[in-house]
Amino acid sequence: MSVYAVELRDVVKTFHTPEGGTINAVDHVDMQIRHGEFFSMLGSSGCGKTTSLRMIAGFEWPTSGEVFIDGEPQGHKPPFQRKVNTVFQSYALFQHMTVFQNVAFGLEMDKVPPEEIKRRVGEALAMVKLTGLEKRYPRQLSGGQQQRVALARALVKRPKVLLLDEPLGALDLKLRKEMQLELKTLQREVGITFVFVTHDQEEALSMSDRIAVMSYGKVMQVGTPVEIYERPRNKFVADFIGETNLLDGTVRSVDGNSLTVFVPALNAEVRALHQGAFHAGQEVSLSIRPEKIRLVEKPTECANCFPAQVKQVAYIGADTRVIAQVVQAQLRVWEQNMVSTLDPDAYFQQNEQAWALLPPENLLALPVE
Amino acid sequence: MLQRLREDKALQGLLLIAPTLLWMIVLLIIPLILTLVVSFGRRAPDGGVIFTFTLDNYIRLLGLQPDCLNPFACFDPLYVSILFRSLSLAFNTTVIVILLAYPLAYFIARAPHERRNTFLFLVLVPLWTNFVIRVYAWMMLLRTQGAINGVLGWLAGLLGIPFTPLEMLYTPGAVLVGMVYEFLPFMILPIYTSLEKIDPSLYEAAADLGANALKTFWRVTLPLSLPGVVAGTILVFVPVMGTFVVSDLLGGKQVILVGNLIQRQFLDARDPTFGSAASLVLMVLTLIVTLFYTRKFGFGKEIVV
Repeated sequence: MSVYAVELRDVVKTFHTPEGGTINAVDHVDMQIRHGEFFSMLGSSGCGKTTSLRMIAGFEWPTSGEVFIDGEPQGHKPPFQRKVNTVFQSYALFQHMTVFQNVAFGLEMDKVPPEEIKRRVGEALAMVKLTGLEKRYPRQLSGGQQQRVALARALVKRPKVLLLDEPLGALDLKLRKEMQLELKTLQREVGITFVFVTHDQEEALSMSDRIAVMSYGKVMQVGTPVEIYERPRNKFVADFIGETNLLDGTVRSVDGNSLTVFVPALNAEVRALHQGAFHAGQEVSLSIRPEKIRLVEKPTECANCFPAQVKQVAYIGADTRVIAQVVQAQLRVWEQNMVSTLDPDAYFQQNEQAWALLPPENLLALPVE
Repeated sequence: MLQRLREDKALQGLLLIAPTLLWMIVLLIIPLILTLVVSFGRRAPDGGVIFTFTLDNYIRLLGLQPDCLNPFACFDPLYVSILFRSLSLAFNTTVIVILLAYPLAYFIARAPHERRNTFLFLVLVPLWTNFVIRVYAWMMLLRTQGAINGVLGWLAGLLGIPFTPLEMLYTPGAVLVGMVYEFLPFMILPIYTSLEKIDPSLYEAAADLGANALKTFWRVTLPLSLPGVVAGTILVFVPVMGTFVVSDLLGGKQVILVGNLIQRQFLDARDPTFGSAASLVLMVLTLIVTLFYTRKFGFGKEIVV
C-alpha cells in the first residue's frame, strides 16, 4: 500500500473559452489524500474542485502533471479502468433500471457471479437503508432515496476511493443535515477514502478530516477543519471560511510567535499572533473573528483594548450581532447571549459606548497578497 | 357568456378541440364509415355501388371465390401476395431506415451544441421539395440511360471493360431505395430527440461503474433511446404500407403494393367496393402490426416524440 490513496502532482487542466482564449481550471495543484480519510475540496463555483475530482475519476485528463491512485500513475486511463467510483451531483441513476439493477450494474460489468451480485447488492442496500425497494424505478423514489441508491451503486464496487460531487446539493436543508451525519458514519464504517466536493463550508467543516480550500484553480490551504478556521494561512481563507474582520497594518517588531503591528485604523500598536516569516516594516493584514472580539462596558485589564461605539445591533437568538465603530474601524462583533432574560438592557443598544477587546491570541497576522 | 367560459374548464376544453374535432369528423370518421358501408356493397355495371350486405369483396381479397366450395381448388394468391409483399417491403424499409438513421442521429446528438441545428436543418432540407418530384429524381438516377449508369459506363470506358447498363429502375430494389430515401428523416428526428434527452452524466456513470463504450451503448444508450426508435418506426412503417407513388414510379408494373391495388380499384377498375374492402384490410393490418410492436417494445409507456 502506498502512502497516499490519491495524489495530485503539479496537475494543470486547461480549457478553451468560447472567446478563443484558454483558462487553467486547475492550476498547478498538489494534493495528497491519505488512506481512509474524509477529504473535502471546498470552494465557490469555478474554483476547480469539480474538475479536480473529474480528473481523479478519469472523466478528464490533466493537461500536465499526474494523478496517482494508490500510488499508481493514472495517465490517460479511462474511468472504467480506475479503482474509484463516483456519486454524481445529479445522481445519474439509470431510469430504465430498477434499484436492484442500478446497484448490480457495476458488479455485472466486473462479471461477478449472479449469487454474489445478489448478496452484495442486498448488503449495499441494507447499508443505505433501502432494503425492500429493490424493484422500484428511480422515478418512484424521493430525492433522498435516489441519493442513497447512487451511494449504494458506487459503494457496492468496494472502490479504493469514493468520489462525491456535491452529492447533497439537491436535498432540502433538513435532509441534507441528516445525510451529512449518515455519510460520515458510513465512511467510518466502510473505511473507504472519501473525496467530497462541496461549496458549503459548514458541510465541509462538520464532515471532513481534512479540507482543501480552493480558489481560481489553486489550492489556498489544506488542513483540518480547526486549522482552516482558527489558523488560516492567507486572507482568502480567513475571509472565505466563516466571517472575519481584517485590519491592515505595518509590522513594527517580531518576537517569537507574536508580533507588534501598527494599525492606522486604530491609530495604535497591537499585539498579534503569526505563523509565517514576517519582518519589521512589512505590510500585513490582521484577521479576527467576530465571535472573538469582546465588547465590555469597562475593561478590567487592557491589552489591545479600544473605545467603541455600537452602531447597529441585530438580535438573532443564539447571539447578538453588533457592528461597532472602534476608533476608525468598523468591526463585526458577535456576543453570545449567555443568560436567558427578557430584559433589553442585558443586550447592547445602538449608540451605546463600550470597550472592544481584541485578545492578541485571537488576532492573526496574514501576509498581504 | 364570457363569464361562464372563464369558469367552465370543460367548456374551454371543448372549444379548444372543436376545430380539429370537426375536421376529423368530416374528413376521417364520416369517410371511414362510408368506406365500411361501400366495402359491403356490390359493384354496379356502370362503376357505381349497389348498397347491400355481402362479404364477397373480403372473400375475393383472401383469394377465394364466393361460389367456390373447394378452397384449395380455386385459391388465387394474387391479393394475399400483394398484402404480403407490402408487409415485407414495409418491414425491410423500416429495418434499413433504423440502421441508417440511428448512427446519424447519434452523431448529431453528440455533436457540439451549436452545430446540431445545422445538421438537423440539413436532414430536413429534402422535405422542402415535393415528394413526387424527389421520386422522379430517383427515376433520373436509376434509368438505363440515367446518371448512375452514365457514370459506371464512363468508368468502364476508361478501364476498357465492356459495359451493359444495369437494369435498376422498375425493380423491387428501386422501390426499396426510394422508400428508404423518402422516409429516412422521419426516423432520424425522433431518435435524435430521445438521444438528445439522455443526461450525459449517465454515460459517465456507466463508464465509472466499469462499462466500456460498447457496453454503455448496449445497456444504457440503446434502451433509453428505444422510445425514439418506436416512434420513428410508426412514422415510417405506417406510410410505407399505404404509399403508392414510390412503387408506381420506381416499380412500374413489376412491384404492385396494396396502395397501388386500392388506387387502381378506384381509378382504373372502377370497383369502389373492392377498393374499400382492400383499404379497410390495409388499415386493420397496419393497426395490428403497430399495436403488437408498441406493446412489445414501447414498455407500455406513452411514446414521447
